[in-house]
Amino acid sequence: MSDPVPLTTDHPGQVASATPPAPGRSRRLSDRTLAVAFISPALLLLLAMSVFPLLWALYLSFTDYSATRGGPAHFVWFENYTAILASAQVHLRALTTLIYVVGAVVLQTVLGFAIAYLISRRTRGRGVLTTLFLVPMMLSPVVVGLFWRFMLDAQFGVINSMLGSLGLGQVEWLTRQRTALISLIVVDTWQWTPFIMLIALAGLTAVPKYLYEAASIDRASEWFKFRTITLPLVWPLLLIAVLFRAIEAFRLFDLVYILTNGGPGVSTETLSFHVYKVGFLGFNTGTASAYGILMVLVVIVLTQLYLRYLNKLKED
Amino acid sequence: MAVSVDEAVSTGPGRDHTPPARRSGGRGRSVLEVALLAVLAVVMLFPALWMIETSIKENRDVYAIPAKFFDFTVTLEHFKDVFVASGGRSALSVSFLNSVVVAGVSTALATVLGVPAAWAYSRFSVKAKKDQLFFILSTRFMPPVVVVIPIFLMYRQVGLIDSKLGLILIYAAFNVPFTIWMMKGFVDEVPAEYEDAAMLDGYTRLQAFWRYTLPLLLPGIAATAVFALIFSWNEFVFAIFLTSSDTVRTAPPAIAGLIGGTTVDWGLVAAASVVFALPVLVFAYLVRKHLVAGVTLGAVRR
Repeated sequence: MSDPVPLTTDHPGQVASATPPAPGRSRRLSDRTLAVAFISPALLLLLAMSVFPLLWALYLSFTDYSATRGGPAHFVWFENYTAILASAQVHLRALTTLIYVVGAVVLQTVLGFAIAYLISRRTRGRGVLTTLFLVPMMLSPVVVGLFWRFMLDAQFGVINSMLGSLGLGQVEWLTRQRTALISLIVVDTWQWTPFIMLIALAGLTAVPKYLYEAASIDRASEWFKFRTITLPLVWPLLLIAVLFRAIEAFRLFDLVYILTNGGPGVSTETLSFHVYKVGFLGFNTGTASAYGILMVLVVIVLTQLYLRYLNKLKED
Repeated sequence: MAVSVDEAVSTGPGRDHTPPARRSGGRGRSVLEVALLAVLAVVMLFPALWMIETSIKENRDVYAIPAKFFDFTVTLEHFKDVFVASGGRSALSVSFLNSVVVAGVSTALATVLGVPAAWAYSRFSVKAKKDQLFFILSTRFMPPVVVVIPIFLMYRQVGLIDSKLGLILIYAAFNVPFTIWMMKGFVDEVPAEYEDAAMLDGYTRLQAFWRYTLPLLLPGIAATAVFALIFSWNEFVFAIFLTSSDTVRTAPPAIAGLIGGTTVDWGLVAAASVVFALPVLVFAYLVRKHLVAGVTLGAVRR
């Protein structure tokens, strides 16, 4: 949409050769117009595809609308919201989500930072190692979910096969209540540890070498160096990565859908999965919208936190 | 904190006084670290290797108990099944084509809309610029399951359900925030003085952008587009809720659909996954320099 303009005005010399601003002002686009012309198409798309749907969901959340039943929507005001907030089912899903998010993010952070730390201490082969470690992160959640489902299969899965040859018992990974949630955490950790590793590595390589050298001269122990130099300098960046992962884990849907489909029972139903069940299987569009709006509020709070730390990091 | 424990153990004995002892202690620790890294690398890579292995195994080896790691019969049957079904193209190969179209067009759209916006945000003083940029990024963080409900109703109204155009639009909307944030970083790196100089020569601001800044941005645009391509290519939630017919469906829901029946052909699933993942890995390798910025949606730059 912007390309025809420079092609047609092919006599720039005459416009501004003598005194640039005065005669040109009327003919050339002012910076303000240009900014608006360049920014508004992108913003319009966002308004149409992100903001408008959310406003619609907000409207629906106050009604008893059902996408399949059709018919007019009746205003029920805050009924949907009170129903959700009071529902024991939802509380259970919130707990599941909390366990999942905290478990996965903590594991990823510890492992990812450990790997990054180990890699940063190598002088050779860093590039290759980093590239190899990053593979899981680039895969689609669909591929990851499907594949782990195969590997964790109770009968012919390779994990149980390996456990068997070690003389350990078989585990029904995805069909027992407790192990299913653990499996979900493990798979997410497998996929996203590289993410933390990548960011932590960026932080670690940015720590100036002379700090370590100075500490060595003072005969500081490795642990002391780690605690007083490495950790404080990498922490701000690591925090960004952790918050980012927390948001992503909170809104995760596809992995649950593929790996366990919420089961067995409801043991791996996270909040996003529950919204899907209410909205697309239960056809309670109004309730699902209210549910969704509540989730959006949580995401907004987390995002604000994330952006605040990001801002802080950028200002330093 | 596995690291610190490991450190404390390995440095403990040899650290104290004499330099030689200290050096051997360092070497011992170094060996331990390498070993630990090797183990972690194997654990991280094993599932991917197992997937590749499964995709070239014969069916009876796929389901062998105990699992066969090395002595299996190699076959390319599964890969053939991915592309060819009895009498023509398979549904999977059609979905791969759909994925190429949807990811390609949505990326192009996001780039065309996002790059100029990023330039404008970088160069001009826009009212409440920071707020606008944060708003843009936060649209990207919305839970897809929540957004898909009103989008579904909206598309049903305007007839975009089960159409490639519908997917393209929503993917573009998800990639525009990323493109703007990522590209703004690249534009910031190009000195504004180039444009000022060009404008002193009599070019308009637009021409200065087109002739001087844009060519310098091309590598950044390419990297950004590759990431957008990967995001659209891997996307699943919108794809599964907004499309249903084989002629429109993209690859992720099509591959997920392979496990719907009572028996699952895991060889085929593995082969399809390999075919699906390979381009992503190649593309990711191409943009490895920008990975940190790319995976944080352009928020963190090094």
